Amino acid sequence: MTPELGNFALILGLCMSLVLSIFPLIGSINNTPGWVALAKPAAFGQLFFVAISFAVLVAAFINNDFSVLYVAQNGNTQLPLLYKISAVWGAHEGSLLLWALILSSWTVAVALFSRALPPEIVARVLSVMGMVSIGFMSFLLFTSNPFDRVFPVPFEGGDLNPLLQDFGLAVHPPMLYMGYVGLSVAFSFAIAALIGGKLDAAWARWSRPWTMIAWVFLTIGITLGSWWAYYELGWGGWWFWDPVENASFMPWLAATALMHSLAVTEKRGAFKRWTVLLALTAFSLSLLGTFLVRSGVLTSVHSFAADPARGLFILVFLCIVIGGSLALYAWRAPNVSSGGGFDLLSRETLLLGNNLLLVVITAFILLGTLAPLIYDAMGWGKISVGFPWFTAMFVIFTPFLVIIMGIGPLARWKKQDPADIARQLRIALLLSVAAGVVMALPLFHEGNIWAGLAVMLSVWIVSSLVLSLRQRYRYRKGIAGMLRDLGSRGSGSYYGMVIAHLGVAFFIIGVTFVTQFDVEQDIRMSPGQTAELGGHTFRFDGAKVVQGPNYRADRGTIHVFKDDKEIAVLHPEKRTYTVQTKPMTEAGIDPGFTRDIYVSLGEALGGGDWSLRLYYKPFVRWIWLGGILIAIGGLLAASDKRYRMARVSSTAPAQATPKRFATEARS
Amino acid sequence: MTRYLRYLVPLAVFMVLVAFLYRGLSLDPKRVPSPLVGKPMPEFSLPRLKDPAATLSNSDLMGKVSILNIWATWCVSCRAEHEVLLLLAKTGKVDIYGLNYKDERDKAQQWLAQLGDPYVANAFDADGRVGIDWGVYGAPETFITDRQGIIRHKHIGPLTVDALNNEILPLIAELQSTP
Repeated sequence: MTPELGNFALILGLCMSLVLSIFPLIGSINNTPGWVALAKPAAFGQLFFVAISFAVLVAAFINNDFSVLYVAQNGNTQLPLLYKISAVWGAHEGSLLLWALILSSWTVAVALFSRALPPEIVARVLSVMGMVSIGFMSFLLFTSNPFDRVFPVPFEGGDLNPLLQDFGLAVHPPMLYMGYVGLSVAFSFAIAALIGGKLDAAWARWSRPWTMIAWVFLTIGITLGSWWAYYELGWGGWWFWDPVENASFMPWLAATALMHSLAVTEKRGAFKRWTVLLALTAFSLSLLGTFLVRSGVLTSVHSFAADPARGLFILVFLCIVIGGSLALYAWRAPNVSSGGGFDLLSRETLLLGNNLLLVVITAFILLGTLAPLIYDAMGWGKISVGFPWFTAMFVIFTPFLVIIMGIGPLARWKKQDPADIARQLRIALLLSVAAGVVMALPLFHEGNIWAGLAVMLSVWIVSSLVLSLRQRYRYRKGIAGMLRDLGSRGSGSYYGMVIAHLGVAFFIIGVTFVTQFDVEQDIRMSPGQTAELGGHTFRFDGAKVVQGPNYRADRGTIHVFKDDKEIAVLHPEKRTYTVQTKPMTEAGIDPGFTRDIYVSLGEALGGGDWSLRLYYKPFVRWIWLGGILIAIGGLLAASDKRYRMARVSSTAPAQATPKRFATEARS
Repeated sequence: MTRYLRYLVPLAVFMVLVAFLYRGLSLDPKRVPSPLVGKPMPEFSLPRLKDPAATLSNSDLMGKVSILNIWATWCVSCRAEHEVLLLLAKTGKVDIYGLNYKDERDKAQQWLAQLGDPYVANAFDADGRVGIDWGVYGAPETFITDRQGIIRHKHIGPLTVDALNNEILPLIAELQSTP
């Protein structure tokens, strides 16, 4: 009986989203306050029913209700409670339900936190979100119902994929979905603004915190995924350019561009059409990602069970949502006025440069991801676009992006004197080139040109940030002034920017160093035998069998020594889960700020011998540290006081920042 | 007019994308053409499944159009395609040989006894060595060879009635009509 309740609640949720997408929108156009007022209750109702539906599915997993097909496929009595819950989103149907739940939650969040906005705008935004919701809920109900029953009822469930039985992966999808779905808010604001024909600074100001929060979630989700891949897949990789990863990275890049572009629209009223297009693109790319992951058009390590019927459904849905919004854009955008003008050298130009680079990178990733499909469809044969291609593309574009990143925060809006900024940045340029050259030349170690480039770029970012902080220090008349200023409007944005950009510097170092300097060795070891790698000595003390809650594992013991001093004991495991008898590796890792030591167990070779993989990975943590800093920066920026100001007049034109603070970074 | 056309560019790009995605739905990305197609079949000589004393080798497949089907009892899709193989055997149009891949002899014999035996003979490839020569990366796979022993077609995954009617049988008829 209960699963039917979940199904029924989902149907009611769909009814609510129908109400939400029709009445408030029409009401906002023909001025019917009664219909406009329906928006908020409908949003709450939708969340209420979807939450019930979701709770029913969670309960089915906890109670091992294998009469529900989805639970029978992905649940198991032996699963620890945490993974029983995370199994809900462990496969296609349940993860879609989570998607619907998160979308409903974002809708309610917009309803709650938009009191300061004109009601007809809120109504339109909520209506558009309701439309997206209709798509996902009908997708669930018509092609992927998680409440379908199975008869005869199996005694035991098929178990959650062992790869997913891990804390990192339990939280990775919800974070990522929060990001993907969160972009629907910026999308809906853009659509609402296009419908109303009012693309102004106020619109940019409303969209910006939502965009940033979604972007923060996306950042966390991607970072978590990368970290998980590193410790769980057993060969120390942290990014694979897999289509599914690209599907999360493209919306992230587009959202990054959007945040920066919104800054210009908010402050200067410029780039309106471009910003609105980016808002549409960012969410479109997350929908496209859904299509790629769930339709089976591309091969990927993480794809869900492929089903052409589902693929077709999403494709039609994509056509309606993306095609419809781009058509609306083509119709409305020509009438949008251009914003304030700016000089060839100004912060606007630099942000435009940032935007173009990010969009070009996104386009290349899209092309690389779809290339196998395009080749196949055109009958040109089969190709696979791999690591070298994507890496080369990144190495080409990133330096330009970073150069702009250094100048941007110091440049003035509207007009920047080239000589003035050159004078300011002289020292940063000098420092970064010097550091890069030292790193590239074989002075202290083997010279490495890529490491040199990475150090140069990172020092460039850090030193220009220091210059920007010094500038702020001067304007605020010392440290005391800066501290007093911490809670003021614009300071959250500013410090958020500083921290996020610092994160990029860490990230560049991490990526480059681990790629250039990591050492690895595949080796056969007998108990008691030692091996040398990266200045460390590894002693293998054999492996023995241990029993986990729902798996059996061979557990190795490796002592790691540096200069004859023991620094770590690692226990890599090779697990065999009892239900889905897939072998899984659990790497033994000794983490460190400047290096990781990483050991994974290969095959038993008989006589107590094992094949082992030993890795020395310098600075690998800086990759995720960068990700975390970027997320913190975003969070700080989103919490800026100016987004919590009382009702913003929607007619106020964008004001340039007052002259006195004009050179301060406030974006 | 051009002022308006500019804003249609995103929509146009999206439409092109949709066309590719739509086409992609009917393509199978996992289907990689075998480099062996068009080449002579790899040589092998293995004990037969039912009679370990006798051998089955590539010369047994020569001089006629033959099918080599790679299967195993541990392979769920093989069970799914078994019906189709029986159907094909019943037509009597072609000799089906089996390569029992990385399997256990008892289980394989039991399987054939229970589900029916579409094969003229089976080679027993316990360690999968021959499978490697044939470029097998997952059972089931099915090869069609011509009179000269050249591989003409490789079908990856379970055979379906559709594939039988639209690809396999027409190809067999065509190969048999050429000397």
